[in-house]
Amino acid sequence: MRVLAAMSGGVDSAVAAARAVELGHEVVGVHLALSRMPGTLRTGSRGCCTIEDSMDAQRAATKLGIDFYVWDFSERFKLDVVDDFVAEYQAGRTPNPCMRCNERIKFAALLEKGLALGFDAVCTGHYASIFEDELGNLELHRSLEMAKDQSYVLGVLTSEQLKHSLFPLGATASKDLVRKEAQERGLSVANKPDSYDICFIPEGDTRDWLKDFTSAEPGVIIDEAGNQVGTHDGHVGFTIGQRKGLNLGRPAKDGKPRYVLEIRPKTKEVVVGPEAALQIAQLAGSRFSWCGKAPEHPEVEFDCQVQVRAHGDAMEASAVLENGELVINLKEKLIGVAPGQTAVLYLGTRVLGQTTIDRTVSAAVLNV
Amino acid sequence: MSVFLDHASTTPVRPKALEAYLEALAHLGNPSSVHAHGRETRELLEQAREKLAKASHCDKSEVIFTSGGTESNNHAIKGIYWQRQLDRPRKYIISALTEHHALIDPIEWLEKHEGAVPLWLPVARDGQPDLVVYEDWLAKYGDEIALVSLMWVNNETGAIWDIPGIAGLAKQYGIPVHSDAVAAFGHIEISFQDSGLAAMSISGHKLGAPIGVGALLVARSQKPISIIHGGGQERGLRSGTMNYPHALSLAIAAELAVGDMAEREARLEGLRDSLEASLLAAIPQAQKTISGPRIGHTSSFVLPGVQSDSVLFLFDQHGISVSAGSACQAGVLGASHVLLAMGYSEAESSAVIRVTLGHSTTQQDIDLFTSSIAEVYATALKAGLNR
Repeated sequence: MRVLAAMSGGVDSAVAAARAVELGHEVVGVHLALSRMPGTLRTGSRGCCTIEDSMDAQRAATKLGIDFYVWDFSERFKLDVVDDFVAEYQAGRTPNPCMRCNERIKFAALLEKGLALGFDAVCTGHYASIFEDELGNLELHRSLEMAKDQSYVLGVLTSEQLKHSLFPLGATASKDLVRKEAQERGLSVANKPDSYDICFIPEGDTRDWLKDFTSAEPGVIIDEAGNQVGTHDGHVGFTIGQRKGLNLGRPAKDGKPRYVLEIRPKTKEVVVGPEAALQIAQLAGSRFSWCGKAPEHPEVEFDCQVQVRAHGDAMEASAVLENGELVINLKEKLIGVAPGQTAVLYLGTRVLGQTTIDRTVSAAVLNV
Repeated sequence: MSVFLDHASTTPVRPKALEAYLEALAHLGNPSSVHAHGRETRELLEQAREKLAKASHCDKSEVIFTSGGTESNNHAIKGIYWQRQLDRPRKYIISALTEHHALIDPIEWLEKHEGAVPLWLPVARDGQPDLVVYEDWLAKYGDEIALVSLMWVNNETGAIWDIPGIAGLAKQYGIPVHSDAVAAFGHIEISFQDSGLAAMSISGHKLGAPIGVGALLVARSQKPISIIHGGGQERGLRSGTMNYPHALSLAIAAELAVGDMAEREARLEGLRDSLEASLLAAIPQAQKTISGPRIGHTSSFVLPGVQSDSVLFLFDQHGISVSAGSACQAGVLGASHVLLAMGYSEAESSAVIRVTLGHSTTQQDIDLFTSSIAEVYATALKAGLNR
């Protein structure tokens, strides 16, 4: 196959590209320029988007003996990821920009361009595996290494995208092994720190960063009964389940901490309450997709597991397609799930599909 | 088989320039030292100065060796700007947004830090500057203009400007004119002494010397303020131990480039014309970026409906190195700022391809290029404007 290896300048994508070469593919490395004004040096824990990262990726490609290019997706990235991120927060939701990037940039814009230019697949350093069932259908599965498993952020991939994806790190038992392998291959990025922050937020402070892009109008913080318990200088950046940074003067009557339960952009109100009120029993969303083969009868409720955070655990649940909405009923209560987050459905290790959460229903309302 | 058609970015070192470089490097001595060793390398440096002066038609005292075009432009822009503030404030600088960043950026730096006011001359789609506006500005701002700086040959489009004419107009007002001649010197007839210029930038690796050497020709009448301070070498303008091996290789390359210029440029123009005929036959919708006077070895086209980076990628996969607008430090090809400045749209400026020929270019290079054009364009069209 002719493979386009997306190389961020980090160790995972470099080793993934190396393995793709070893598998006998014809590999070309590409670094995605996602910012119009890339910084010169890497700061903090961000993993890409600097000239230093681009050079690290190029050095790795040279070491592997493959051609290397930098392709500019900054406009698409701004439109599809950054603007979406800002709009979601403005609407009081909590988006996952890495998912949007996979959905619209890496496995959409990049893949489309790659296919047009004669490539067969995009290769990345994600920890996940693609298997083929007995009928030839492709399935996305969790990585062997659960601690590094990244199948969650790939939950947006469709069957067509899986056909053109290559994840050579999926069967690797640990990140340490990948670093060791990088060392053995003489890749200078072997000891480069992991990236875990949002790549376009330089200081890692989302709330502070959002201030420059959103209109921050002061509002009040109220309790579930509607009593004012504090004020805020803008609802954008609050997240459901957030406890820190609320600056509530007086403690609650029961002396227990209070959490953000709801954000109401229209009235600029932030509602807080006790932890118990965060318990969610049902999630639903209309922006859903199936990863690989879709269930034959999604309108009949079926058992599955659901995961709502990149680094969270999956919990037992059941799901059903009702009136164009994927409704997920949780068998245990989930704490602090926010609209805008993505719920990824699993069947064991297999990723079944995903939906962006439009609404949540608390356990109290469902009376379960 | 690899084909290099990006000679405006850098061109192969001429064997004689390399030989002179290596030979000079074997000589020991700091040219500033007052002993036999110092005198020996000083002699090499001064030979280089004389050769370059002869090739560019200037006095040897007017040659200031530098590390290259960017450094020369910085000396000229900042040095002359500050020189011109000594007796009275003069805030205006006339230039154009079609210049190289090595010129635009020092001007914008002066704007930001020193209160300079750039006047960017309009440039039409034929590649030529608006001289009516230029004359208006000279008359309107007169002695408030610190300097004029306009390039002799544009590095992206190959447009040749009438620099002696431009300098002549400014002379009436006593305004010094600098020209970035990096893409011009060694390729077209240039006489510094007849040009009326106050200063002119030269780069070695565009004419067959190694990367890392250039010169600023500074008329004897000019006393730019130095931006590098130290031992006072090079007329006090450019302190630092003098790089005689590089200087000598620059001088030899310049001598050779000027010496075989007429024959070489005629040959390259013939190759360029046949390349353009093939390109237009394969892609009838391609448009030449300029219609005015241009240099013989540069060809620049807008290829409608494609993205430059796809085209460059595909040619590279065929083993052919060509260029588009300038890439940033991270390697991202942006829209050509030169085409944007000439009134081209963002889409057109992102769909440009530049093919530049040089002394080592052969008919076979052109044939290999033309045989892949149609396929490259068809594939790049499929990839479209995806970015």
